[in-house]
Amino acid sequence: MTYHAMWIIVTASLVGLSCGLIGVFLILRKMAMMADAISHTVLLGIVIAFIITRELSGTHMLIGAIFAGLLTAFLVQWLHSLDVQQDAAIGIVFTTMFAIGVILIATSVGNAHLDVQHALMGEITFIPWNKMSLPLIGEVPKATALLALVLFVVLFVLVAFYKEWKITSFDPALAASLGIPVLLMHYVFLCLVSITTVASFDAVGAIMVVAMLITPAASAYLWTDRLSIMLVLSGLFGVISAVAGYYIAAWVDTSISGSMAFATGLVFFISFLFSPKHGWIARYLRLHKTVKKTG
Amino acid sequence: MFTILLNSNTQWVLFSTMIFGIAAGTMGCLAYWKRQSLMSDALAHAALPGVVIAFLLLGEKNLFVMIIGASISALIGASFIQWIRSSTRISADTAMGMVLSIFFGLGIMLLTVVNRTSGGNQSGLDSFIFGQAASMVRSDVTTMLILALAVILIVFIAFKEWKIYLFDPEFAKGLGLSLKWMNGLYTTILVTTIVIGIQAVGVILIAALLIIPSVSARYWTQSFQRMIIISALFGGAAGALGTFISALGRGWPTGPFIVIVASALFFLSLFFGKEKGILVKYLQLKMQKRLVNIHTSKALRTKGVE
Repeated sequence: MTYHAMWIIVTASLVGLSCGLIGVFLILRKMAMMADAISHTVLLGIVIAFIITRELSGTHMLIGAIFAGLLTAFLVQWLHSLDVQQDAAIGIVFTTMFAIGVILIATSVGNAHLDVQHALMGEITFIPWNKMSLPLIGEVPKATALLALVLFVVLFVLVAFYKEWKITSFDPALAASLGIPVLLMHYVFLCLVSITTVASFDAVGAIMVVAMLITPAASAYLWTDRLSIMLVLSGLFGVISAVAGYYIAAWVDTSISGSMAFATGLVFFISFLFSPKHGWIARYLRLHKTVKKTG
Repeated sequence: MFTILLNSNTQWVLFSTMIFGIAAGTMGCLAYWKRQSLMSDALAHAALPGVVIAFLLLGEKNLFVMIIGASISALIGASFIQWIRSSTRISADTAMGMVLSIFFGLGIMLLTVVNRTSGGNQSGLDSFIFGQAASMVRSDVTTMLILALAVILIVFIAFKEWKIYLFDPEFAKGLGLSLKWMNGLYTTILVTTIVIGIQAVGVILIAALLIIPSVSARYWTQSFQRMIIISALFGGAAGALGTFISALGRGWPTGPFIVIVASALFFLSLFFGKEKGILVKYLQLKMQKRLVNIHTSKALRTKGVE
């Protein structure tokens, strides 16, 4: 493995790991389509941050992303309170914000730093070229360092309030009666989704990030009923998909991010067939047995 | 600026995006009441691999074949969503998100291969992502027009059946209407609407045209029939105006402008709509308050409290 390939795999694994962890709570809170919406609207946040500061640095992008993520959630909530169906509200908000972002890029800001194709599909192959030096570790690609930072923040917030996350995700009413600030935690969670999305942006792009967020978690959901095991499995599936995606892309000579999304699908398909409890084969056999017994 | 309008190719493209907008607005109302707004988003993304495979097999861009490819792959996506939902404990929106992103990833994989092997920029496949109405040729326009008109006709001819099917499926069953057939027809025309618009609006934003006009129309009427007509009007206006604006700039994508026009219409409806619009609600509230005030003071006076 070359030095270049190593950095790509490390970066991709970081994406897989942080998305896998966040994804578990996304699907438990039934917010999968909200993640899809945020992954689109984050583009607008980045464009606005770029227009204001005229540079594409890590911190500006993170702030822009958090702003866009919260704005999305707020607008969806507002429309929903005005009697618009939840998923129609999501559909209106994210398409509009995404369209504004694309138009801003296509008309005014359109230059070498920002282009839509890149934002949608990611350019993980270029990541190892854009480096910065860190104390102790040495030369590290910027995007990788950002991802490591985000993974650290995500891990810290999830571990520090593990019990609270668990209760708010499974039983918000109970959580509220115990005095846990459910709404605050909801918005903190949205911030985590936004920063994970934006950090993964460079690597896998806006739409494939949805695959990385949802699919490994959904696969893990088929294997276990315990939250802690689900988190470990989901992170693991994320990393496996990222690495497998890289090799598939190298083999077929095609887009790395597309292949990673495809690899998450393969992992899910295997889980869907072979999971001992919720898998399709197990289900089929169980059904067969009952039919035999009864009739 | 208006010289663009005199160009006959632009006229045709404008006309076809308008008809498409009308079809999408009509179909969107059915999707809204079936509570499947985001399903159209998932289906649009799922259509991408089919478009690219059709191109790979044929070696050239032919809208009709691509529409068939797109329909097949979108239908596969739809049945995956159904399958996952019915046979596991994974919720519908997770299943939609998965199908959407995995199919899109596969589409991008194939697209990259096409771009590498055949100088894909000439193939114009990139325009399927954001929509480029300018890349449409006469035969594309004809295909789009015929299919869009077919969708509109199907909805209007069987209007009564659709209404019963959407609002009272049990009653529909009692009348001997086959729900299975209706479901099949519904999915078919939904997929048709989505795939014919892909070239003009792009896979990412096409869902907007199905969702936004129908929600906007709800602010103007309570009747389902009028909702469909208003939604179709909004959709048509968004299609035509958006295409016109995007033609003003060189290489501007069409899809985003169509969406912006549609959501401008939505916000107008939200504020000024006569049914539950924000302004009307505010005025009603104010009037009620005044009435209450008058009544209470009257009541107090008659009791001689004054």
